[in-house]
Amino acid sequence: MRALAIALLTALMAAPVAAEEKPVTLKKGPGLEQVEANCGACHSLDYIQMNSPFMASATWDAEIAKMINAFGAPISEADARAIADYLKANYGSDHVTENR
Amino acid sequence: MINRRTLLGTAGVSAGAALAGASLTLPRLFGGEAEAQPLSLSKALPQGLRDSATLDALPGKKPLIKLAYRPPNYESPVEYLRTGITANDEFFVRYHLSDIPQVDAKTWKLSVGGDGANGQAAFDLDELKRLPAVEVTAVCQCSGNRRGLFHPHVPGVEWGYGAMGCAKWKGARLKDVLDKAGLKKEAVEIVFNGADGPALDKTPDFVKSIPVWKAIEETTLVAYEMNGGPLPHWNGFPARIVVPGWTGTYWMKHVVSINAVTKPFEGFWMKSAYRIPVGKFPVVARFITQETAANTPITECVVNSLITSHADGAPVKAGSRMSVGGISWDGGYGIRVVEVSTDGGKTWAEATLGPDAGKYALRTWTYQFIPQRGHTKVTARATNAIGQSQTAALILNPAGYHHNVMHSVTLVAA
Repeated sequence: MRALAIALLTALMAAPVAAEEKPVTLKKGPGLEQVEANCGACHSLDYIQMNSPFMASATWDAEIAKMINAFGAPISEADARAIADYLKANYGSDHVTENR
Repeated sequence: MINRRTLLGTAGVSAGAALAGASLTLPRLFGGEAEAQPLSLSKALPQGLRDSATLDALPGKKPLIKLAYRPPNYESPVEYLRTGITANDEFFVRYHLSDIPQVDAKTWKLSVGGDGANGQAAFDLDELKRLPAVEVTAVCQCSGNRRGLFHPHVPGVEWGYGAMGCAKWKGARLKDVLDKAGLKKEAVEIVFNGADGPALDKTPDFVKSIPVWKAIEETTLVAYEMNGGPLPHWNGFPARIVVPGWTGTYWMKHVVSINAVTKPFEGFWMKSAYRIPVGKFPVVARFITQETAANTPITECVVNSLITSHADGAPVKAGSRMSVGGISWDGGYGIRVVEVSTDGGKTWAEATLGPDAGKYALRTWTYQFIPQRGHTKVTARATNAIGQSQTAALILNPAGYHHNVMHSVTLVAA
């Protein structure tokens, strides 16, 4: 335990200017694993939260296509489908009326 | 391929977990009161942002409103924007890509060249500081400041009001830096790259260009000081480009290369991002080598103002004279007048402007009036020296830039 604490402290001291990224907990659901593995490789998952729930299904599709085509994210077709389904179901606007 | 900083970021997740649950309150700055206030965000922002944003302090910074951890996107609470100068530790932070090295001032090098230059030049920090120093007070504002207030919402970083600040920037003229390499008359754009990069090799690096005419203005700088101190890491240490009047996208942080080019720069962040529809906004400064029939790069900031003395819904005393105040700015023509309405826009009265720190600086303003019992909607409207005023109705555009709708707060007098 003490060794772990020291290792943790050393890691913190080695990167004094790195942001201390706190875990972002997304809604549980099918596809979450693919979201965490793919989307989370390049950016924190709060990007998804803040862009919700106003995005329609077509807008989520466009965002995923942008990540693959413009930003070069190596997302397999199967994962892309799972991610799209997850985002539409949990963070999309098709079934939500946002408060103004 | 995954880059170095992605791995560090992952380590940060577990290290940071121990710190989760930190206080989400901010000491109230106005009047030096010690009481704490919960983070209150505009109801016009996306619900998902309102639920996920927190107050979080990056190393060396006071608590800012965290929109995204990685890449870090943090805005200043409006309380930090009550003065003409924004403190370094209160200044907003915006990155596009998450591989952000800590640059060592001793080994930092700036290389200057390109096919639009006669030769090559290189500077270390001491050499840069030996060029004549220029200081300019200028607003640095993200192109997408207030994007989160667009209705309908548009995707992106859902900024509220605080993706902006004003500082005294000191550095060498970009013109003098370019002269060391020799600028050819055929050069059309100056291209900047910084030390930060993408997590994946295939992601386009963040590289930006500006037209030569803007690059050689007297106050376009390679800045190494901010408000009398070194640039904070998060604001571009050890040197960044300063383009007074133009939005923050061109203010390259951790700048390591400057290239003059004879053909328009083709990178993703110029050709596809940071573009506005042609003819929709009343901007004077054009970036002609990058224009298409449909759209054009964003350039100068549009005229704007913000009420910073009171939050929406703030309680005040009925029947006694009080002061509201805030800030105003534009793309470098200078603020001519700020007017305030306390009757929903039927009548307007001139506010008193604060000190003039130059045409690129924030201009503070105050307005005194006596609120009657009940709700009073206070609205501010700035007009610049060339007669441009803020808009009453949002000018829609796909990426959510240039939000300068007049700001209002409702005061509750009892």
